[in-house]
Amino acid sequence: MAGAINRKLTREGTILFDLNVVARYFPFLIRGVGITIQFTFISFLIAIVLGLLIALGRVSNNKIIRVPCQIYIDFIRGTPLLAQIYLVHFGLPQIFHYKPVGYIDALIALTLNSSAYMAEIYRGGIESIEKGQMEAARSLGMTYGHAMRYVILPQAIRRVIPPMGNEFITLLKESSLVSVIGMEDLMMRSKMMAGQSFRPFEAYFTTALIYLVLTFTFTRLLGYLEGRLKTGG
Amino acid sequence: MKKRFAILCCVLVLCLTFAAGCTKEPEPVTTNGEEAPTEPVAKLVAIGECTFAPFEYVDPDTGELTGFDVDLIYAIAEASNFEVEYKNMDWNSLIAALQTGEADLIVSGMTITDERAMEVKFSDPYFESGQAWCVQEDSPIKTLDDLAGKTVAVQINTTADYAAQDLDAKFKEEDKPGLNIKRLEQAADVFNELKVGGVDAVISDLPVIQEYLKNNPDSDIIVPEPAFTVEYYGIAMRKQDKDIHELVNKGLAKIKASGKYDEIYEKYFGTR
Repeated sequence: MAGAINRKLTREGTILFDLNVVARYFPFLIRGVGITIQFTFISFLIAIVLGLLIALGRVSNNKIIRVPCQIYIDFIRGTPLLAQIYLVHFGLPQIFHYKPVGYIDALIALTLNSSAYMAEIYRGGIESIEKGQMEAARSLGMTYGHAMRYVILPQAIRRVIPPMGNEFITLLKESSLVSVIGMEDLMMRSKMMAGQSFRPFEAYFTTALIYLVLTFTFTRLLGYLEGRLKTGG
Repeated sequence: MKKRFAILCCVLVLCLTFAAGCTKEPEPVTTNGEEAPTEPVAKLVAIGECTFAPFEYVDPDTGELTGFDVDLIYAIAEASNFEVEYKNMDWNSLIAALQTGEADLIVSGMTITDERAMEVKFSDPYFESGQAWCVQEDSPIKTLDDLAGKTVAVQINTTADYAAQDLDAKFKEEDKPGLNIKRLEQAADVFNELKVGGVDAVISDLPVIQEYLKNNPDSDIIVPEPAFTVEYYGIAMRKQDKDIHELVNKGLAKIKASGKYDEIYEKYFGTR
């Protein structure tokens, strides 16, 4: 008769949520926040530029420019970030025979990923501006580039600021994946805490709270920024 | 044409979904295919992190979980007349899975340490192991002390990780540059990291390094020195499950006495 052996799950005498563990490891966790923020900011700033370039390529009338941009966006959006991180860190060095640096690889993977999403955000903004404006600008004798630069983009960029804020928050959270290639960010320290203290709930809960504080703070900051940019005209 | 392609894609995805759902689940193995003499006294779940060849790994040909630890726990189960099912799980989740009741036994090349013994009950030691380090053949690192200031890959929260932390502390005490430790999730990841050149060396359990070298003869990786720690693997169980402790320890003693243990040992490591 299966199950005759008594399996006990009681954890008598163990504390439900051990604040001492949290207190002991909190400074250790906090030291990972810097790396997390570094990854988020650097890749976000590069993605702001790279995303715009890809978006411009994506809306271009030239097939040779448009198609590669389309393929790039489809590939990045259609594959998991985790797979992309492994691909950049373990895959590329195997083919091109160079010595990988984890920090750079993590940045590359996050930037490439975010750029694709950012490109789609820009495209949404550009396409939300009525076609008539481009036509009007062209009929005034402006080149496509000038019309884009002086008429379409200034309006589009104001519209894409809220979704960009979302992308920033997403990036902040997804940067936790770089811990799989050994980056000592907040998530990695959380795993180390869970393993060393044998208190996974305390470790991951505290980490989740730290992420929440970060995203909450940045959401408010971005909201403030949005308001400022809106009144600008 | 485009439409047809889209429909074809949809059909393909649907087929794959169903095909995956229809594959036959392998029957849980009981006692090496033989009929158990009497009703098993319990049905237990054992877990391990299966990138740790030769102790537990996925057989590349059959896709099944296999290895020294897997054979060992099935043999112990047979000797003590209980049923066991072996499952793959993240290294970091093993002890939590034991404590939440998702599993009853951790058989995962887990070294008996004082810290872990505060959380779980270990069986009698079943394997003597130790930490060793390996490098690329042309590496300037010739001895353990040469690792000062270099980067090593280890699996997170393993005794390799702890050994690396001890080394780091030792180097710093001697006023030498410390050890940069790169922690990765899976046992197999550390070797990939060394192969692509992301780290200067790897610290891992010696039998696992040797197995990697055996499976990758063209890897140009060498083990310059013998193991620098001595450790014993144990099967981890919940502290309060006294009945299970007895089943496992008695089973282990039985298979050691009957020669079954030596048989499994030879299968994975050759003659002793």
